[in-house]
Amino acid sequence: MTEIPEHLRKRAEAAKAKAKAAAGGDAPSADTPPADAPTGTAPTGDEKIPSHLLNRGTAAADMPAAPAGGPAAPVGGSGPDGHNQRLLTVVKSGSIQDTRALPVDKVHVWPHLLVAEFLSALAVTLFLLLFAIFVNAPLLELADFNKTPNPSKAPWYFLGLQELLTMFHPMVAGVTIPGIGLILLVMAPYIDRNPSKRPEDRKFAISLMTVHLMFWAVLVMIGSFFRGPGFNFVFPWNAGLFFEL
Amino acid sequence: MADDKKSGGMSQMSEQVQASQAWGSIFRPGSIFRKGYSDSPRNRSYVIMNSVLYHLHPVKVKRHAVKVSYTLCLGGLSFFLFIHLTVTGIFLMFFYRPTAAQAWNDIQTLQTAVGFGLLVRNMHRWAAHLMVLSVFLHMARVFYHGAYKPPREFNWVIGVMLLQFTLLLSFTGYLLPWDQLALWAVTVGTNMMGFTPVFGEQVRFVLLGGVEIGTDTLLRWYTLHVLMLPFVLVIFLAIHFWRVRKDGGISGPL
Ligand code: HEM
Repeated sequence: MTEIPEHLRKRAEAAKAKAKAAAGGDAPSADTPPADAPTGTAPTGDEKIPSHLLNRGTAAADMPAAPAGGPAAPVGGSGPDGHNQRLLTVVKSGSIQDTRALPVDKVHVWPHLLVAEFLSALAVTLFLLLFAIFVNAPLLELADFNKTPNPSKAPWYFLGLQELLTMFHPMVAGVTIPGIGLILLVMAPYIDRNPSKRPEDRKFAISLMTVHLMFWAVLVMIGSFFRGPGFNFVFPWNAGLFFEL
Repeated sequence: MADDKKSGGMSQMSEQVQASQAWGSIFRPGSIFRKGYSDSPRNRSYVIMNSVLYHLHPVKVKRHAVKVSYTLCLGGLSFFLFIHLTVTGIFLMFFYRPTAAQAWNDIQTLQTAVGFGLLVRNMHRWAAHLMVLSVFLHMARVFYHGAYKPPREFNWVIGVMLLQFTLLLSFTGYLLPWDQLALWAVTVGTNMMGFTPVFGEQVRFVLLGGVEIGTDTLLRWYTLHVLMLPFVLVIFLAIHFWRVRKDGGISGPL
């Protein structure tokens, strides 16, 4: 058996004693009895609910004139018949019980999840550290408004857009297409009404997304590696790389 | 129980410390720092339940949810990279002034005259690129698992916001070294945004803090980069994580 912490046990004992004292009329002594000593006087065997509360419902139904409850129960309720609680509704069995979650196979977050998280954080840190030791971040010459580098490129994640600029009017390439793309992306859960998550049921959604991702990946790659001076198409193995991170 | 009566000075002292009001006010009842840790289901729960970790994780998760092969840790790594970037970024802030006259020199000095300056700058830069990549891959993984389907639709929307804030953070940071790469990359980028219909001119003006890129742009993007965007991102992250939990933990298994 796992041990119960001292303070929790004391608290539970105190609470039990208090409940017993509150049960009033039928509890002979309000002293704190040891929790494990069975008291024959507890009316229902279930010590958690004071007996006057348990009995109140039946008492109220049987003799509406006499307010039920021991000395500890509040007297002079403001409701009808002097009661301060009444039955609002009866919930049919099945309507609540059946929605209870089925038992799931669960594991403790500590250590099972935290250890995995910690290790992957460690791995990334290590990777970053090594990478940062061996590869320096670029720092070109001081910014100069009179010297436009050729080619001028956006950061890599915008190179797909810059690539579109070579094909369309800037308003289309820079605003319309990414705008529509973004809106479609945000709306994806509301557009895709197919409830299934199984890949074999989602062939269309998966193909569409894959084509879309490939489209951008190819554009970014062309923009990064295959564009030279004047943003003209070049092969990196002939013309060299025009790419900074 | 906690009453092992070893009378060694050290253990006596640590007992006194653990009995003190200060200690008790810091660590919640049941914390492993009050009682010591021995491996038991109860203590495993307490590690989460009685610490700030409870804000991030429940006590238990589905067995399937701890499979690294499902999430590939990509969401967690994005978050970790964000923390990493915050830490290295604060270091960089000690040595950097966002004016056209000083920015480039400050970076140059940082690299050549500050201990670990070059290393920390490198880490900040590579972590930034890596974060863009990992957020992007995280999105792809979520899509391919159909994890955006009910009840997780709204968390996907939050996610797309996070993607945009991540890109903006990276892009605003790109200008700060104030070298040729920064200036012209940002020129290309902001020219594109200038083609927004109707408000194009105004959008560009607000972004640049003027009609041309200059020292005002630098100050503006610096403030966005170190303060506003991280602030907003953290708020969205909080919502994102909260929703992961409220939507019943991560999705799956397929
Ligand atoms: C700063 C960027 C982001 C961070 C730090 C982040 C973090 C996380 C984390 C830690 C999880 C838990 C599961 C996992 O690790 O995969 C998660 C789940 C999720 N994320 Fe993100 N996320 C980010 C961006 C995004 C983006 C761009 C999207 C989508 C557009 C997204 C959509 C979701 C969804 C729908 C889930 C629930 C997945 C499931 O139940 O399987 N998140 N995110």
